[in-house]
Formats: sequence, C-alpha cells, structure tokens
Amino acid sequence: MATTLARIIKYGVQNFLRNGWLSAVTILVMVLALFVFNSLVIFNFLTDSASFALKDKIDISVYFKEITGEDDILKVGKNLEALPEVRAVEYISKENALKIFSDAHKEDVVISSALEELGGNPLLASLNVKAKDPNDYDKIASYLENSSFFAAIEKVTYAQNQLVINRLAQVVNALENVGISVVIVLALIASLVTFNTIRLGIYSNREELGIMRLVGASNKYIRGPYIVNGILYGIIAGVLSLVIAAPIVSLASPYLSAFMPDVSLSNYFYGNLSKLLGYQLMFGMLLGSVSSVIAVRRYLKI
Amino acid sequence: MIAFNHVTKQYNNTAALDDVTFKVNPGEFVSIVGKSGAGKSTIVKLIIGEERPTHGRILVGSNEVNKLKSDELPRLRREVGIVFQDFKLIPTKTAAENISFALELAGRQQHEIENLVPQMLDMVGLADKADNFPNELSGGEKQRVAIARAMVHKPAVVVADEPTGNLDDFNTQEIIKLLLKINEFGTTVILSTHSRHVVDSINKRVISLSDGKIISDEEKGKYTIL
Repeated sequence: MATTLARIIKYGVQNFLRNGWLSAVTILVMVLALFVFNSLVIFNFLTDSASFALKDKIDISVYFKEITGEDDILKVGKNLEALPEVRAVEYISKENALKIFSDAHKEDVVISSALEELGGNPLLASLNVKAKDPNDYDKIASYLENSSFFAAIEKVTYAQNQLVINRLAQVVNALENVGISVVIVLALIASLVTFNTIRLGIYSNREELGIMRLVGASNKYIRGPYIVNGILYGIIAGVLSLVIAAPIVSLASPYLSAFMPDVSLSNYFYGNLSKLLGYQLMFGMLLGSVSSVIAVRRYLKI
Repeated sequence: MIAFNHVTKQYNNTAALDDVTFKVNPGEFVSIVGKSGAGKSTIVKLIIGEERPTHGRILVGSNEVNKLKSDELPRLRREVGIVFQDFKLIPTKTAAENISFALELAGRQQHEIENLVPQMLDMVGLADKADNFPNELSGGEKQRVAIARAMVHKPAVVVADEPTGNLDDFNTQEIIKLLLKINEFGTTVILSTHSRHVVDSINKRVISLSDGKIISDEEKGKYTIL
C-alpha cells in the first residue's frame, strides 16, 4: 500500500517534469483562473467595505422638544439601544449641536452673523440612530411613533430622508447581489477553461492510459499519478497567482484609499495572506484533481 | 490452462468466432493461424477480457473470463503476459521503466525490480537501451521490450497477437526464438500469426481458423490454409 502510494506520487512528479511544456501551459491557465478567483475575493472585500461605508452614512436623527430634559433623552436613547435593529445611538446636546453647526459654517459670514444676532441657541438636542441593516429604519421610525415618549419628540428626520435612505439601501443591496453573481459566473468560466486544458493534456496521453489498462493496471493506479499532477498544478499555480497579485495590490492600494479613506487594500491583502493562500491552494488542488479524475475516466473502459 | 467452450463472438450480426471449442494445457506452445479476419485477434481479445463473448464460456486459469467485471480484469491481465502487434509500449516511459511497470503492477518490491529488469533487458539483448524511450527504438527492439514486459513477472501464460506482423525476417526469427525460450521455461505460449514461414519453423501444435471456425487442430502442425 505504502509502496503503491510512493510509486503513484513518483509517477505524478515524473509526468509533471517530463511533460514540461504541457505542465507550464496548464499552470499558466490555472494561474489566470486563480487570479480571477483572487480578484473576486478582493472585489468582494471592496464591495463589503463600500457597502459598510454607505450603511454607516445612513442614519436618522430624533430631535426633542426644547422642554425635554437631558435625562429623559438619555432614557429614550437607552430604550433605542435595546432594540435588536439598532447598532448605535449617539446623543448630541443643544450645545454640541451649536458647536458642530458653527464650526461647519465658520467661513460663512452671513450665517455666523445671523447666529450672533440671534443671541440664544436655536438648535435642538437630538439622538443620532444607526441601524444594523438599512432596511430596518422603517421599523425604528414606527417604534418611535408608537412609543410613550412620542410627545417629547419634535421631529424625526427619517420622514424627510425616507426616500433617499430607501434608495441607498437598494443600491447597497444591488451592489452586493451583482458582486456575488459576477463572482459565481467568472469563477465558473475560469474553472471550465482550466478543466478543458487539463482534459486536453490527458487526451494527448489516452494511448498510454489504454496500454496501462491492457497490461493489467488497476484504475486507481492509472488515475493516481494524474491526480498527483493536478494537485501539483494547483499548488504551483496557487503560489504563483499570489506572487503576481502582491505587487498589483501594493500599486492599487493608495488609489483605492483615495476613494475610501477607511479602506486599506494592502492591509487586507497582507493581513489575510495565509487565508488567501489557503483558499487558492484548496481551490487549485480541488480543480486540478477533480478535472483529472473526470478527464481520465473515459479512457479506462477498455 | 485455457479453455474455450462453444464460444461465439458477433459484431453487428457477423460472427468473428463461431462456436469455437479448444483447450490449451499448461506448458503448451500453440500457434493460432488464419488469414486476416479469420478470428485470431478476437481469440486474444477474449482471453484478456478486452472483448466479451456473445455466447460460451472462457476459462483462463481459475478465471471464468466471460463473467469477470470491469474492475476484476486488471487481476486477470496481470496473470497473463500479453504481446501486441503494435507493441503497445508506454511512450512516456523508457525501456527499463516499461518493464518495471509490469513488476510494479505485480506488487514487487523496488530492490527486486532493480535486480530483475537488467537481467531481463540482457536476456532480450537490449542491455544498452535501458534508458531509451520507445520512439528511440527500432520495431524489433520495441517488440523485444514488449516481450520482456510480458514475461518479467513470470506469468503462467504469454499471449502474443501477431507479434511479428510489423517486423522484418531477421527480427521475426529473433522474436520467435524468444517465445520458444519462454516456453522452454514452462510458460504456456499462445501465438497468433498469419505467417506460413513462422508457423512452419516452430513445429508445435497449430490451430487453424477460417471465417471464425476451427478447421484443424494438430500436434506438430504446419500452415495448411491456402
């Protein structure tokens, strides 16, 4: 058993080396396939980051009437935080609101002078509410409308922003769905191209497969070296595709950070290098060995 | 022992073999002769399970070949050494590796293989071609490698299907000498051929086929088909 396994591995490596050109071409095709796979993992990361950033921008503000005390507002905040749909609640006091407002309009002479003329603080205290899922703002808004403290609320901006919020939620969902569909279609195409390349390689060896059958080799013994071959393709192609991806990621990362300041592609890439390599090797070895098994099968019927 | 018992093989309603019955005893040398299409190759293919009979029973040793399943055929084929007209050497393996392959299939250990293969190459006169690939060998050399592969694991039976069909007179003589030598060691040899010259030089049992039927079966026979 051990001898047989050792022989199978020996022949797998031997085939790989003796068919150097074929191996090189197959690996090249597989590198391309894995590169697509790689890009897809990264694309997925980017859409996730983008949709996370978008979702983070969506919120509703609950403005409280002048007379409502800070304690009451904080109590409402606690109630909201207890809701399963709510991710975060931020309290903005009257004074804070004024500070943020005047900071934002420092340069605008008209507004600053108008504020000065007004004397007091015209702004209201508010709670800034973020949901875990943009689709849930409806629920949070209706919770507020039906709650006992509705009387203390001056206005909820959700009513005004509803359309924009819903549309953004749709865009985010669509972005993710398109991403996943693209992932599946491209991965499928890349796998089929690789499968076909391996199949052609084995087709050129069909005479050999028939001879082995005729002189009494069992199917396992014939198939084994081709599986070893496929696994070798997978390992080499997996490592190569990451080696090629690394400089591209390093080059592209600064440009992406310009669009999405919170997102660092190269941090993600190098931070998950072992995981990416693991995926690549698994995908490559699986693709190589399964393609080989399927391609060899038809020549074992003698 | 090999026995064909009322074996018929039809391809699309034409009978390649028609109710054939014969028996080959251990240690015998049998030539199966006939013109092209007489059914010689069909007999060889039936012995190694490459084809299945339409009717009848085929015994090879303890195997009832007509009943073997596809995954049982490798074991049968390892018990029989086979030599083909077109050599059927594995093109990606050297002469020595082609011979080793048969020993590996028989489950021999590496040190045994390293011992036996050079001896075998020496016996067929190809000690200096051990590392040549089949495309670097002449027809006669290829067939000698094939014979070495067929007998290296000491099978009880060697079946040769037109082994000299692609060879010149000199190489034909060499191959027949080798087959006779194998037979002297006690191995049963079944040789299919259409060459009068070959059959007449052997002077052993001859089964003559015509249109899928046995027309004669003689000890120390000659080529009698016109």
